Amino acid sequence: MNWGSAGNFFAMGGYAFYVWGSYGVTALFLVLEIVLLVLRKRTITQRLGRRIRMRSEVKNEAQT
Amino acid sequence: MRTINWFKYSSPASFYPLAGKLIPYFTVLAVVLTAVGLYMGFFVAPTDYKQGEGYRIMFIHVPAAWMSMFIYLVMAVYAGAGLVFNTRLSSMMASALAPTGALFTFLALWTGSFWGKPMWGAWWVWDARLTSELILLFLYIGFMSLKAAIDDPRRAARASGLLAIIGAINIPIIYFSVQWWNTLHQGASISITSGTSMEATMLTTLLVMSFAFWMYAIAVVLARVRCEILEAEGDTEWVAAQLGKGQ
Repeated sequence: MNWGSAGNFFAMGGYAFYVWGSYGVTALFLVLEIVLLVLRKRTITQRLGRRIRMRSEVKNEAQT
Repeated sequence: MRTINWFKYSSPASFYPLAGKLIPYFTVLAVVLTAVGLYMGFFVAPTDYKQGEGYRIMFIHVPAAWMSMFIYLVMAVYAGAGLVFNTRLSSMMASALAPTGALFTFLALWTGSFWGKPMWGAWWVWDARLTSELILLFLYIGFMSLKAAIDDPRRAARASGLLAIIGAINIPIIYFSVQWWNTLHQGASISITSGTSMEATMLTTLLVMSFAFWMYAIAVVLARVRCEILEAEGDTEWVAAQLGKGQ
């Protein structure tokens, strides 16, 4: 498939709005899902990390 | 001969590190396949004689639609296994699959709409294929809402599991809708019984993009099930040990 020029490529034979509207939204949502998952994982591990540290401090104080 | 313990990885404590090890492999596969698929879709596959360049939407529309149905079936199987064997991991897997399935359903509808407008002249028609796919989106949303609405995790898993299994009846309806009813949506271009009616590079591109979406879905679902596991088992010793290792 030879497009000739970048302009022809982005014009998509007159279907630019529909082709890029499909690919763009798909890419956006797939990336968004990954970002949301990374944030969710970070929130959980930070919260659990705090709880684990608190528990070990309580244990250490009980021993001293 | 050693017998394999198939239930070993059905416990969250042993599945959590396994999922963590698998995610990078599926991520790499998804990235490579997407790059190859996009290159083929835009620079190798020829112009369609009827639809011009507009047909290139197919390379994401069809894989998204396939994934939306496939993920639902996998989700229903996990939900069923959860009901029969009472394994906690099955219900967590079903929960982890639902958002990704819903996303692919939405994308199938969205890209279908952007394809339908230039080819049919309408963003939306109440055609059997489109309507049953919309019902699939509502089934995913219903599954997630029902699970979130019930406080007791066991009861939530039972109720939502039942919904997932009953909803599976919609999948053959979507798949065969183009044969059973007179629809505007075109029939299957690829069929197990009659082969394909597509040009070879177009077909290859379609398959590469489908595998790309598949690998993406596995990576994302494994990452999400790890979150589900951590939320459910946060106060156990093994979680403390895993987090201590930076996992």
